[in-house]
Amino acid sequence: MSAFFAINGVSKRFRGLLAVDRVSCEVAKGEIFAVIGPNGAGKTTLFNMIAGALRPDEGQIAFQGERIEGLRPDEVCRRGIARTFQIVRPFPMLTVEDNVMVGALLRTPDVARASAQTHEVMRRLDLFDKRGRVAKSLTLPDRKRLEVARALATSPQLLLLDEVMAGLRPTETDRIVAILRELNAQGLTILLIEHVMRAVMALADRVLVLHHGAQIALGKPEAVTREPAVVESYLGVEAL
Amino acid sequence: MISRLTQGVPKRGWILLAMLLIALLVAPRFVNDYLLTVLILILYFAYTGQAWNIMMGFAGQLSLGHAIYVGLGAYTAAALYVHFGVGPWIGLLAAVPVAMACGAIIGFLAFRFGVAGVYFAILTIAFAEFARIGFDHIRYTGGSAGFFLPVAQYTTNDLWNLRGKPVMFYYVILALTVAAFMFCHVLLRSRIGYFWLAIREDEEAARALGIDTFRYKMIAVVISAGMTAVAGVFFAFYYNNLFPEQVFHISRSIELILAPIIGGIGTLFGPILGAFLLTGLSEAVTEVLHAIGFDFPGAKQVFYGICLLIVVVALPDGIWPWLVRRLGLERRP
Amino acid sequence: MPVDIYLNVAVSGLLTGLVYGLMALGLSVIFGVVRVVNFAHGEMMTIAMYLAIVLFSAFKLDPLVMMVPIAGVLFALGYVMQAGLINPFVDRPEHSQFMLLVAVAIIMVNVLLLLFGPDARSVQTSYAFDSFAFGRIIVDATKVYAAGAAIVVSAALFAFFKFSHVGKAIRACADNYTGALVVGLDVKQLYALTFGLGAACVGAAGSMLVLIIDVTPPLGPQYTLLAFVIVIVGGLGSMPGALLGGVLIGMTEALAGLLFTPSAKSMFAFAILVLVLLFRPQGIMGKRAS
Repeated sequence: MSAFFAINGVSKRFRGLLAVDRVSCEVAKGEIFAVIGPNGAGKTTLFNMIAGALRPDEGQIAFQGERIEGLRPDEVCRRGIARTFQIVRPFPMLTVEDNVMVGALLRTPDVARASAQTHEVMRRLDLFDKRGRVAKSLTLPDRKRLEVARALATSPQLLLLDEVMAGLRPTETDRIVAILRELNAQGLTILLIEHVMRAVMALADRVLVLHHGAQIALGKPEAVTREPAVVESYLGVEAL
Repeated sequence: MISRLTQGVPKRGWILLAMLLIALLVAPRFVNDYLLTVLILILYFAYTGQAWNIMMGFAGQLSLGHAIYVGLGAYTAAALYVHFGVGPWIGLLAAVPVAMACGAIIGFLAFRFGVAGVYFAILTIAFAEFARIGFDHIRYTGGSAGFFLPVAQYTTNDLWNLRGKPVMFYYVILALTVAAFMFCHVLLRSRIGYFWLAIREDEEAARALGIDTFRYKMIAVVISAGMTAVAGVFFAFYYNNLFPEQVFHISRSIELILAPIIGGIGTLFGPILGAFLLTGLSEAVTEVLHAIGFDFPGAKQVFYGICLLIVVVALPDGIWPWLVRRLGLERRP
Repeated sequence: MPVDIYLNVAVSGLLTGLVYGLMALGLSVIFGVVRVVNFAHGEMMTIAMYLAIVLFSAFKLDPLVMMVPIAGVLFALGYVMQAGLINPFVDRPEHSQFMLLVAVAIIMVNVLLLLFGPDARSVQTSYAFDSFAFGRIIVDATKVYAAGAAIVVSAALFAFFKFSHVGKAIRACADNYTGALVVGLDVKQLYALTFGLGAACVGAAGSMLVLIIDVTPPLGPQYTLLAFVIVIVGGLGSMPGALLGGVLIGMTEALAGLLFTPSAKSMFAFAILVLVLLFRPQGIMGKRAS
């Protein structure tokens, strides 16, 4: 497979439950690719397999020509795939700046240069003014920003975003969408799980729909959201 | 800039530190022999507390068997001196690697097999107990009857062999404590320091950011073990006798961690403050009880335990963070 | 050495081990439900042992008979400790809990030292030197009675947790804290009750153990450690596991003392602990953590 990023026939079983059922797709470099579906459809499990937190029972995952399924999370990150968590996990007692520094130090061992990079990332995510605040004192939207900033600081080529818009107001959502668009324009490939259709329609080049672990649709957002199977299982007619 | 609760040195703290250092440097001229030994004890606990702090405060691994590193360092250097006449500074070159190897084994077993939290703590206790009982049976280092370092004289200061007056030991331990402080200060501001804090805060999130947590936890354990072994070498040459029952006993391990926990885990000043307060308190209580004629065995410890309890309940982060807030040593960002 | 001696020692170890098991059962209950690291466990048992000694020397009351009131006193102590002191620490990091209980343990040990001094005390009941003979095996009567009492108390505890309302409520808390809250269980109360029960176990075990060994205040920390070893080896969250672990450790200790030197006996217990922690961390009978 010469695709930038590809998953092929990936499955995961938890005792009796088939959480992900032979999912396959390819993501091109520079694309924004969304994964949607009802709760329990297997989206986060899929992400966890990509990020190395879980090992697939079947199938392969390849990134820039290299097989990565079964690698540890830190190994996956070092190869250029960064992730955020659905329930954000900032380092609670560290400041915003220190949180992002941890990410930046991955590629830039020199603390001074990493600091400069950290400042840049914080500015992008509108966090610079809050850089001295302790992470656990932040509001949810800021924590989400921090989560993204930290992942971004690792200079990834592929960014996995797990429901980063959840709980945000429309204006905040729009702001994050704008930031993601900017990042994408500069070459970052983004793979995102989302429920907020507003964001999906605004961002995604292509969409994959999961239901009970299996893929039921794959294609451009306008086409996918009109497919009967998708409408029935997830969207409902009024969703758009 | 380092965050608040993972203290580096707060801005105005440097002044305090300088004042403290000067006071400590000139102290021997002004205090009597007894107080000098108390100061040596305080600095000893400040040093070992700092070493332990690296594992716990920075990397988040609770070691309750740290006495094993003191013991291994002490016995290695002592054996080299007694059997081969090798002085402590050379003895260090053997003592530190031995302790580091032990730390590496414990760390490897624990981290490879996913032993964490309380279970890790108990694993460390088990190893220390092993050493305690094991060394009771090692004839080469005296066994349970004790291992004794020959003391030719007390009057001239032989720095090379660490034989001499308490004053010499005082400056040695002071130098060690200052070095430990600076070392930790540098570590905290370095890449490894950040990674340790990340691991401490949330190991899984740290992994998601590309940090090889196994490697960095191992480094923390090995460094902590090595540093503690140096204290062991000091211990051997200062007290001149070693008994496995005492050196490896769990009370030594607990003693060692009281100062950093009371002072403030993860902070640079914590172990020092804790050592001063605890040892100072201990000696003061002894004096008071003696004065009022109530020095029965156990009385001092009861009081000590009560003070400990109060601090743990009222100031769970330790005294230093509270002090920093109270004295306004921090510039708010 | 003739087989008889091994058998005798093994059986003796087994009986003592049952008492150890009861002590560890208390810890298993506490740790399994409240998830607090009770580093004062052995010290609480030492308190019970001294209570037994006082009652015996003052009123000639047999420790086994006094087992119930002593357990009652320890229950109250445990309940008050949890409700008054430990509850806020349930969510705090391990090192905080540890320090709290170490402080409590220090106070306990040294109060005992103040009150009773460092010399060993013991209880010499009328049957202290009796023994039973089963074929070639000769066992001390004290050990038989103590082991028997341990089995009775353990059975009572099992029954409590399996059949009683409160017992089931406590198990619910252990299984699912949030769920328990949601269905309206007063978790803090149940925690205090659980700690009290664990303390009562240890109190009962103390009354039995005082027949078998001499007491000094430093026994406390030693037995705390032993209790943890047993609980981990036997399996956290498993009550039969605690008893099994106790028996295993009791027998290992006894046989190691015989085969090697007496001082080496705890080394074997620790060796088993390390092996369990590495290769079967859920213990012999514990459930594998998901």
